[in-house]
Amino acid sequence: MLEIKNLQAGVEGKAILKGIDLSINAGEVHAIMGPNGSGKSTLAQVLAGREGYEITDGSVRYNGEDLLDLGPEERVREGFFLAFQYPVEIPGVNTTYFLRAAVNALREHRGEAELSAVEFLKLMREKIQLLELDESLLKRSVNEGFSGGEKKRAEILQMALLDPKFAVLDETDSGLDIDALKVVAGGVNHLKHADNAQLVITHYQRLLDYIVPDHVHVLVDGRIVKSGPKELALELEERGYDWVIEEQAA
Amino acid sequence: MVAPAHMNAEDAVDRLLAALPESDAAGRARFVELGFPTPRDEDWRFTPVKPITELNFSAAPVDADATLEGCVFAAIDGPQLVFVNGHYSEALSQVGELPAGVEVRPMSAGDCPAPPAPEDAFGALNAATVTDGPFISVADNVHFESPVRVYYLSTGSNGATVNVRGYIRAEVNSQVTVLESWTGKQAGCFNNAITELHAADNAQVEHVKFQDEHTGAFHVGGLHTALGRDARVAHHSLALGGRIARNNLRAHLNGTGIEAVLNGLYLPRAGQLIDHHMVVNHAQPHCDSHEYFNGILDDDSRAVFHGRIHVHKGADKTDAKQTNKNLLLSDSATIDTKPQLEIYADDVKCTHGATIGQMNAEQIFYLRARGLDEESARRMIMHAFAGEIVERIQCEAAREELDRLVWDRLEQMGGHVAA
Ligand SMILES: Nc1ncnc2c1ncn2[C@@H]1O[C@H](COP(=O)(O)OP(=O)(O)OP(=O)(O)O)[C@@H](O)[C@H]1O
Ligand SMILES: [Mg+2]
Repeated sequence: MLEIKNLQAGVEGKAILKGIDLSINAGEVHAIMGPNGSGKSTLAQVLAGREGYEITDGSVRYNGEDLLDLGPEERVREGFFLAFQYPVEIPGVNTTYFLRAAVNALREHRGEAELSAVEFLKLMREKIQLLELDESLLKRSVNEGFSGGEKKRAEILQMALLDPKFAVLDETDSGLDIDALKVVAGGVNHLKHADNAQLVITHYQRLLDYIVPDHVHVLVDGRIVKSGPKELALELEERGYDWVIEEQAA
Repeated sequence: MVAPAHMNAEDAVDRLLAALPESDAAGRARFVELGFPTPRDEDWRFTPVKPITELNFSAAPVDADATLEGCVFAAIDGPQLVFVNGHYSEALSQVGELPAGVEVRPMSAGDCPAPPAPEDAFGALNAATVTDGPFISVADNVHFESPVRVYYLSTGSNGATVNVRGYIRAEVNSQVTVLESWTGKQAGCFNNAITELHAADNAQVEHVKFQDEHTGAFHVGGLHTALGRDARVAHHSLALGGRIARNNLRAHLNGTGIEAVLNGLYLPRAGQLIDHHMVVNHAQPHCDSHEYFNGILDDDSRAVFHGRIHVHKGADKTDAKQTNKNLLLSDSATIDTKPQLEIYADDVKCTHGATIGQMNAEQIFYLRARGLDEESARRMIMHAFAGEIVERIQCEAAREELDRLVWDRLEQMGGHVAA
């Protein structure tokens, strides 16, 4: 489904991703772990099409297409989704209005009829229950004044509404208390099926108790230095990253 | 009559007095004494009045052919007063039955309170030559639910000058909403207005000023607000029109426990200059004042925001917040923003923040990352910027209509995304 080959990217001449190779098939869940500043979010943003990153080498194929050739909105329409590590506040844009516009943009692309305000509300009510989100949040401006946990849940609500084929979750667990974590993980698992895939970026093994990965990758200084089964996450949590770095240097 | 290419700004005072029917000798003398402000005058530094003083002044005439066609708030129920070129239009006004304690009439139809002391030439000119204006008063304990609409129509052009004065009084524990609309389809006309708003103890007033005159028109409007104990007043300025539109907002918080909100949106385009110049005086402790002004500037337009908060001695526990956010859609648009805090009291919370920027690239990306195309994302953010202000209007019917109107206006504005 997603095939990343030797991806190199940076900002203003500074290399951040230094050759990423990663292949993800439909039905799989992959986790990426790694120290602060190793390039995890950069990878996520590059996949989502954030401007400002220079791609100096490599390729990303998504369902046979050149992903990097598509604008951010086109990627979404092809089923790509990124849950942001730091969701952006947009004062003045009503959340419900925004979500309906997003859902309808996708529907239009698929040749489906627009959802009316009433139809959309019905769909949204269903989804917010899944995430145990307070409906009053949806009357507020996008992410504005949301608590850390509310922002993360709202990201997954968006994911639920757009029902992506390939989702990247960038530290969706950070800032969540254990109950919220269970709810969010439950939501994510609910959205998982045999023909889609997820890439989960996290610092904590604890998330992976709930969202169980098929593969765990360790990203250090812009490279994937180790990959393994889900048990690797446990080992990383216990021993930190130094041993991986040493092992790789050796 | 054909105007000379350049009228002499030097003798603007004389020409104005010659053009306008005399009404008040003391006011005339004061006007002559004050003279028009110059760019050296700190309060007018960014807003040159020369284009006004060069007008070929005449008294804007009575016009029986004016209509309210295309005006806002048409679907709202309640009394309406209409002034055409500063003259009361009985034909277009509709007052109807009013509950006891509510008075809505032209100033000319009854007692007329003395004008406020003029602070500048425009105030003095107004005091000397005022023709008419709305008088709205709500007695103690009366909650008047129907918004009172006041329409100011200008049909003159080319130096046609209008001096109007409004008076709003909400007595103790009363409540009223006033919606003002200022429109005119001709360039060159000059509206010079003063509105007084008195909110007595525990009164609640919402005042909306929608100004959408021709982009070649001139507008100087003063709003002088005096608030008593526990009064809650919200003023909303939606400034869309005028080649030069200057709003002097003065708020005097004279009791404790007051909540004053000054909320404004300006959307200047080619050749326009829109100026909000406010002074908020905190004279008593435990009062809150909030000023929120957002502007979206296109083409080579200019805007000025001057926000002075004066916390007098003894006005402890004041909470004053001021924000001024500007979105520049064009490289040649200019904003001059100038917060000014003067604090002589203790335990005061005063904050101000001004931002000037192009479209926020992170916000655009976030929206695109949810499937909206770039153009829709840009529109949504522009709308949001304006919506932040519009959504503070409590009168629902007015809010919804103005929201639509602002949205339509933004659709016509350019705007490009900064890289
Ligand atoms: N737009 C940018 N401009 C300059 N430097 C950047 C930019 N984006 C990322 N970087 C730098 O690239 C490096 C990798 O950042 P990135 O956010 O991808 O790390 P991360 O692995 O997600 O870290 P964390 O675990 O803290 O979230 C950091 O040194 C960061 O400062
Ligand atoms: Mg990160």
